[in-house]
Amino acid sequence: MKDLYAWSAIGLIVLASTTGDVLLSYSMKRVGDVGELWKRRGALAVIGRVLATPTFGLGLMAMGVAFYSLLFGLSWGNLSLVVPASASLTFVANAVAARIFLHERVGRRRWIAALLVAGGVVLMAV
Amino acid sequence: MTFRKYLVLAGITVFSTAGDSLLARGMRDFGGFSLHNLSGLLLAILNPWVAMGILFLLTFFACYMSALSWADLTYVLPATSLAYVLVALIGHFRLHEVISPTRWAGIALIATGVGFVAAGPSFTPSRERPNSQSAPRDTVSLEVKP
Repeated sequence: MKDLYAWSAIGLIVLASTTGDVLLSYSMKRVGDVGELWKRRGALAVIGRVLATPTFGLGLMAMGVAFYSLLFGLSWGNLSLVVPASASLTFVANAVAARIFLHERVGRRRWIAALLVAGGVVLMAV
Repeated sequence: MTFRKYLVLAGITVFSTAGDSLLARGMRDFGGFSLHNLSGLLLAILNPWVAMGILFLLTFFACYMSALSWADLTYVLPATSLAYVLVALIGHFRLHEVISPTRWAGIALIATGVGFVAAGPSFTPSRERPNSQSAPRDTVSLEVKP
């Protein structure tokens, strides 16, 4: 039962954080390079611009769900299983989601990396 | 890639590792949560270890947002993958978690995969805009131009 809870939490973390990552990445691309914005307009302009992007709030909510799923998972599974497994599976899910929703060019190098990471996750779960 | 950008990527790695480790330490004080005790999960943020973990994770989040403003999502995540290895090392040496040889091999494979992708470009032109070679939209320049 303990393993079932841990892996359920990992599944929820992957789903929520992939949704959050895609929404936040979309938002930040709309904002532009925050380093440049900070230099020219200051910190308040950065914060204002980010908060004014509607998808940022949605991304933050998805990340909140992922965070509490992480707390839930950490109370049932080992740190060295829950964190790498959820983060790695999120990486693979993100590669697919970034290609579909963000139209990023996910080339051969990035797909091979995704498979290596997926293989690593399988080994960690054995 | 400038030195500032490498510093931001390093910040993501270090702060996320420290944050996760502090959270794990804090959650040990509570034991296992069940679905019938979700209010306890909400109160967990009052634990000092969990609170410190959240502080580190907020710093990580600021670095992460900064990186996403100038690099692909599929670059930022793997480029900061050293965090997985750091988490495993902290789990093993500080929290005394047992890591089997197979799990070590998994960690090595993950590190190889993410290192592989991190060697590529940080930003790729959109598939929908094949002629575009530019970095993410510079809304700042657009604003200051007359």
